[in-house]
Amino acid sequence: MVKAETAILDKAGITRAITRIAHEILEHNKGSEKLALIGIRTGGDLLAGLLQTRLNEIEGVEVPLGTIDITMYRDDLAARGNLPIGKTEIPFALDGKQVVLVDDVLYTGRTIRSAMDALMDFGRPNTIQLAVLIDRGHRELPIRADYVGRNVPTAREEDVEVVFSETQAPVEVRLIKP
Amino acid sequence: MSFKHKHILGIEQLSKEDIQLILDTGDAFKEVNSRDLKKVPTLRGKTIINAFFEASTRTRLSFEIAGKRLSSDTVNISGSTSSVVKGETLEDTAKNIEAMAPDIIVIRHAHSGAPHYLAERVNCSVVNAGDGAHEHPSQALLDLMTMREHKGSIEGLEVAIIGDITHSRVARSDIYALSKMGAKVRLCGPGTMLPVGIERLGNVEVFTDMRAAIKDADVVMMLRIQLERQSNIMLPSLREYARFYGLNPTNIQLAKPDAIVMHPGPMNRGVEISSVVADGVQNVILDQVENGVAVRMALLYLVSGVESMQTT
Repeated sequence: MVKAETAILDKAGITRAITRIAHEILEHNKGSEKLALIGIRTGGDLLAGLLQTRLNEIEGVEVPLGTIDITMYRDDLAARGNLPIGKTEIPFALDGKQVVLVDDVLYTGRTIRSAMDALMDFGRPNTIQLAVLIDRGHRELPIRADYVGRNVPTAREEDVEVVFSETQAPVEVRLIKP
Repeated sequence: MSFKHKHILGIEQLSKEDIQLILDTGDAFKEVNSRDLKKVPTLRGKTIINAFFEASTRTRLSFEIAGKRLSSDTVNISGSTSSVVKGETLEDTAKNIEAMAPDIIVIRHAHSGAPHYLAERVNCSVVNAGDGAHEHPSQALLDLMTMREHKGSIEGLEVAIIGDITHSRVARSDIYALSKMGAKVRLCGPGTMLPVGIERLGNVEVFTDMRAAIKDADVVMMLRIQLERQSNIMLPSLREYARFYGLNPTNIQLAKPDAIVMHPGPMNRGVEISSVVADGVQNVILDQVENGVAVRMALLYLVSGVESMQTT
């Protein structure tokens, strides 16, 4: 069966969304002083890198950047078997930071719950905020994003995929219907 | 390409892809060990029994720490304090352990094949922590992880393993693992300590002259003279052994300048390895111990995933 794929956001659209989110983050946090970005593997880490570049262009400051793999903290490991575990790299102290978690697609909220548990094991940030490129709805936990690239109403059977090129630059966002 | 092994009985049963996945998973878990808060909830609610029917400090401690850092409940039983001394058979001990519903049994036993015997008789996962002179898979995996860390890749490495090959389960597991990963193994020891036909286990060349064995090697791994396993005298004296098969500041220079020196421990300083080399800049012996915890976390995580997929 052939799946129907529709591009819902192109490269220019993604770039604009990242730029707007960067400005919103700076406005909300009144600058970049205590900011830190943590990208969730895989996808969120690449977007967090783009956000860091954009924040640097706007403010001239390099915001600390980390990546986190949440597999060790998943709530469905028993049902999923052994998923591959990626590397977590947070090369700075989280205590007192205004942490912005970055993910590509926000769906049930379970990934974010896992990521917050993981962050708490690393330190005690002042705040944890959430930035996502796509919010597709269907939350199963009381979690919401502070910064959203685009809200995309979806059905549960559908899938949203952020496509990255071989050079790890975002290409487009696709909505895949079963 | 997911992991399919419910038990880790030996390296012999693992494929190159399996080994690669274990090492990659070990790399990821290593980060947990560098945190201030060294615990992740991955195996919460799982029970792991470390059944060590033979003396061990390093391996038992390493498995116990690995289990605890993954939030599992780890319980230790050792041969000398268990009902084995009261005459209970391994099968009865296993059945009794199983009745308490553990998820993983980690077993060390003086008899080769004991973990296999156990795996056929219990429902939970079995991890071999060393059986007789057969295999010691977690040791070989931490050796490979350490080599990969220092050399970038295992393929093409020349690895010299020197000492009592006959009694060494570490050597057997390393031969399987290194051969599968594309490294070349040079085995060296006195004739009495080199089993006939050992070269058939993998990509192996056998030496009796240590100088030839370590010439241009990338890795020099020294094995302990296992005095407790010598049923009949295989060497005239420890002094003579040290002279012909000990690693010292002179013969180490025959290896590549950036060669690393490994030892599975415990070391007999002054016998198979001189203190100068054991504490020298080329030694990675404590890196091996550090990686041991990470690689054992990977093994427990991977077998536990297979186990829970089968029961749900």
